[in-house]
Amino acid sequence: MELSVLVQQFFNALTLGSIYALIALGYTMVYGIIELINFAHGDVFMVGAFTAFWLLTVPLALHGSVDNPVLLAGILLLIFTVVMVFMGIVGVVIERFAYRPLRNAPRLAPLLTAIGVSFILQNIIQVVFGSSPRRTPQIFGNDARFDLLGASISFRGVFIFLLALGLIFALQAFVGRTRLGRAMRSTAQDREAAQLMGVNINRTIAITFFIGSALAGAGGVVYGLHFGQIGFTIGFSAGLKAFTAAVLGGIGNTTGAALGGFFIGFVEVYSGQFGLFRWSEALVFAVLILVLVFRPSGLLGQPLTERA
Amino acid sequence: MTTDATQTTDATQTTDTAATGTTAQATPTQAGDAGGQALLRLENVHTYYGHIHALKGISLTVGRQEIVTLIGSNGAGKTTTLKTISGLLRARVGSVVFDGDDISTVSAHELVARGIGHAPEGRRIFSRLTVLENLQMGGFTRNSSEIREDLGRVMELFPRLKERQHQKGGTLSGGEQQMLAIGRALMSRPRVLLLDEPSLGLAPILVQQIFSIIAEINQQGTTILLVEQNALQALKVANRGYVLQTGNIILADTAANLAANEQVRQAYLGEI
Repeated sequence: MELSVLVQQFFNALTLGSIYALIALGYTMVYGIIELINFAHGDVFMVGAFTAFWLLTVPLALHGSVDNPVLLAGILLLIFTVVMVFMGIVGVVIERFAYRPLRNAPRLAPLLTAIGVSFILQNIIQVVFGSSPRRTPQIFGNDARFDLLGASISFRGVFIFLLALGLIFALQAFVGRTRLGRAMRSTAQDREAAQLMGVNINRTIAITFFIGSALAGAGGVVYGLHFGQIGFTIGFSAGLKAFTAAVLGGIGNTTGAALGGFFIGFVEVYSGQFGLFRWSEALVFAVLILVLVFRPSGLLGQPLTERA
Repeated sequence: MTTDATQTTDATQTTDTAATGTTAQATPTQAGDAGGQALLRLENVHTYYGHIHALKGISLTVGRQEIVTLIGSNGAGKTTTLKTISGLLRARVGSVVFDGDDISTVSAHELVARGIGHAPEGRRIFSRLTVLENLQMGGFTRNSSEIREDLGRVMELFPRLKERQHQKGGTLSGGEQQMLAIGRALMSRPRVLLLDEPSLGLAPILVQQIFSIIAEINQQGTTILLVEQNALQALKVANRGYVLQTGNIILADTAANLAANEQVRQAYLGEI
């Protein structure tokens, strides 16, 4: 195997891993705070991809690459901001109307509702944009690349990786250091005790959905930029793999979810590279099964007893 | 007195809406009533868990600067009473009046800012947060300079917490966790502190320490409503007490009188 190919694939894996990591963060945050596996989360990601597609093609009327770097940066900033805020709001609305009324219901009820929300989002996109795949404009020029150890690396891939990394660290800082982040962690651990500290539980859960959905929205934008083609079903498999990443990292743990996302990206890309392309998804889920059997709390999950 | 007037109107309003009409259920004895200066007053409170009628018309008062204790056996309704006050549970009938305002329908998180601190049963510290973060959470409703000031105050009261401030809450011993739970509740600068079984599961020497800290907190100006199974210790530190049995108050008196009461001694102080 040539080094240049391995390097090339390394960057591909980082890009793909960035997408899974961004989606996995939302899964793990929502699970952490209300113990719900939000099966609609992958579809939030998908709606984000379509929102970006709409913004690029309708109001901005772009169809090809943007070569002016300043203009490109401006467009990216605009797209990511609008999509993330919009998807954050969509997430809050979903929580308010689909999950909050069922917060004290048996666990199966919100789980089934999540699957229902997933279908609703898919159907809305199908009605608005049609069933056939749509081409997201490739605003990064195809020749915007540089050479590294014989591999040709696109600036797009580097941008995606750095963006994901930036968002991951911003989230870590928010959850780890701010007052609201502490409120989220407290609510995740003991909702009633958090209330006794003066935490508004409903608002904290809404903020969690906002952030998780905004990150999935960013993942959706990235997906469109990277693959250039989106369809209303992309949320299903990407969501499932991101969920695997979240479980792999230890569900409820944001660092674990980010690392898990990159890990899944690497498994998928390199299994393809080593001739197991048809098996790459099977391998991803084999990893999930192995983790569930041998380390159910995930790689970074640390079950700490509540009382000494 | 003006507070009396508002309290009476509150009481009539709630009894009007109460379907059962168990209005004038008198408290067993008025001997230990805090009178007009009551900071906290429960009037004929009925609380349910689904269909289970847990509190059957509790009326009690806690005066400013007092330590009042609720004693009674398991399942008597002590924890339920505290949860009804702090808003974790709702009274279906009756009212909870705090400083002249009916707070029966105010949500738990808002009551913290109004001055009700509740250190719940089983400590319920955040085990994956550090000691410092737990204390910061206690001051959630306050601004950062107030938090900084009170961190010093709480760590002076509990030097152990200062030593362990960067450790995760879950790594503390039981006694340290209890100190953390009390310290955390103090961080909101409560006007009334509800303490639920602070001595539970602690070694006798620690029990002594916790009770002396409770007395100290009270001397610094915090009103305390204390729920305890360790009735002997609770009556030593308290001004007044109420005895609960299956959701009713069966006795209300000064702590000294209760400690001398034959019935109480037999049932709760372990004397046969």
